[in-house]
Amino acid sequence: MTRRDMARYLARRLAQAALVLWAAFTLSFIVLYLLPGDPIEIMTGGGASGDAVDPAQIAALRHEYGFDRPLAVQYLDRLAAALHGDFGRSVTSGVPVLGLIRTGLPATLTLTGLAVALAVPAGAGLALLATYTRTPRLRRLLLSLPSLGVALPTFWVGLVLLQVVSFRLRLLPSAGDAGPAAQVLPAVTLAVPAAAALAQVLARGLDNVLRDPYVETAHAKGAGRLRVHLRHVAPNAVIPALTLLGLVIGELMTNAVVVETVFSRDGLGRITATAVGAEDIPVVQGVVVVSAVVIVLVNLLVDLAYPLLDPRIVLGGRAS
Amino acid sequence: MTGLVTGLAAEAPLTAGPGRRALGAARLLLSRPGLLVSVVVVLLALTAAFLPGLFTSGDPLAAAPARSLLPPGPGHPFGTDQLGRDLFTRVVYGAGPSLKVTVVAVAAGVVLGGLLGLVAGLAVRWLDDVIARVIEVLLAVPSLLLSLTLVTALGSGTVNVALAVGLANVAGFARIMRAEVLRVRTSAYVEAAEAFGARRHSVLLRHVLPNAYGPLLAVATLSTGTAVLAVAALGFLGYGAAPPAPEWGALVAQGRDYLSSAWWLTTMPGLTVAAVALAVNRIARAEGEWAGLR
Repeated sequence: MTRRDMARYLARRLAQAALVLWAAFTLSFIVLYLLPGDPIEIMTGGGASGDAVDPAQIAALRHEYGFDRPLAVQYLDRLAAALHGDFGRSVTSGVPVLGLIRTGLPATLTLTGLAVALAVPAGAGLALLATYTRTPRLRRLLLSLPSLGVALPTFWVGLVLLQVVSFRLRLLPSAGDAGPAAQVLPAVTLAVPAAAALAQVLARGLDNVLRDPYVETAHAKGAGRLRVHLRHVAPNAVIPALTLLGLVIGELMTNAVVVETVFSRDGLGRITATAVGAEDIPVVQGVVVVSAVVIVLVNLLVDLAYPLLDPRIVLGGRAS
Repeated sequence: MTGLVTGLAAEAPLTAGPGRRALGAARLLLSRPGLLVSVVVVLLALTAAFLPGLFTSGDPLAAAPARSLLPPGPGHPFGTDQLGRDLFTRVVYGAGPSLKVTVVAVAAGVVLGGLLGLVAGLAVRWLDDVIARVIEVLLAVPSLLLSLTLVTALGSGTVNVALAVGLANVAGFARIMRAEVLRVRTSAYVEAAEAFGARRHSVLLRHVLPNAYGPLLAVATLSTGTAVLAVAALGFLGYGAAPPAPEWGALVAQGRDYLSSAWWLTTMPGLTVAAVALAVNRIARAEGEWAGLR
């Protein structure tokens, strides 16, 4: 693939990415602004003290936040502002949404990165070992682990780890943001379902490839079992797992909502959890769009990685 | 695997009837203890959801301060909480809100997703394209993020959590339904039916829907497992039933404050959620294998 083809491919993918982001913005606008629920009523304390709010004051606030204008106007206005990085202000705290997200994003991205760094070797190791072993009982045991990992509630895994590792054994700090040691348990918690899902897909892929005739050829030519497994089989089985990894990273980022709540850590997840509880519509929309940006970027990277793993794949779909 | 194959082989020469099929299913269950346990777990959980009085005579809200924070033991198999309420009773009564919300969520997802897929599969080209793109975008967004967005818009509460989890899964069902409609619509026998002058909606009812039913059911079972987890997670985050109600996720959240002193308060309800999710997933896998063999 020439440099020019590459540039053309990237330009097309970026245009697609922009379209997806627009779709994410529009869908979240439809859900958040068209469904019943009045942010201003919540803001003025709907449930707490509800009675003493001056209707004129509510009208003024509604005007200030632009909730009194026709929806189409609101939509275009918000879209134009969002293109300039302005997602409005939090309904509960009045802080600009993007600034709020920026304070939480680094911590959550670090946590997500750590979880990926744990989940990939764990999932890959499990799948490779399960398909390599010749002991049926060990194989069955290893293959049953992922279905267990997928079925465990994330919040509960976190709490059990806290109980055992922090309170019983006193090995790691229980909560807060102090130092790298405090990152271990949240990252492990987040990694469990991701590793399980990766292991499931990779093991299935490995099993399929192992049936290919070329594997027998490699054995016949005298290559050792381990060598065939790692050098001949694994590279051909890894593509579906890579596709899944692209999806998993977005899920990990969202699951931070649960994990950061369990471990009382600051981050985008905690900000989201609070915003959802307070029905803080601008903040939630900002989180959706920022998450969509991360997901789109990750998927672009995954697509760029395909040809590196499998030379038969040509970006853009057509051989040059 | 071998049990299933021999079970089907034994069944094959006989004429298929409802009695035969039930016998085949029973034989299949007995040959696979894991599947049998899963079916039992799901049946027990469903019974608890609708008839909690069968399992316990206690009141999930009755406090007994003298017996607070007792560890699991005789009389209190799951222990008691800080107010002396029996945790086993609370978990049993928690099956109702937890599982009913899950069932409503999956049903909403299947119906709305199925309709969307049906419309896409039968609609004119441009409408199909638009719906297909929307489905694609929705599938790329993590379902928890979708649920959280919907909870923000709808507000918290059990019904809203059910809707949020259900709507978050619409895209998956819509994709399956659309694919099935497109597959069946272009198949030879539907073309033949149309050639014989069958009307469009009768073709739809007689051929497309019965064929789409199998794959849709398999996906519905699979997403019931994830829905159990999603409902529990939203309950844990505090968006579900209001505090005194014993929903499973909320029970774990309430036990959080006693993490270092009373392990059973979080462990027992959490294990219950995990057991149900695991059992549902196991059944979904068996359904998938069964469908694959057919």
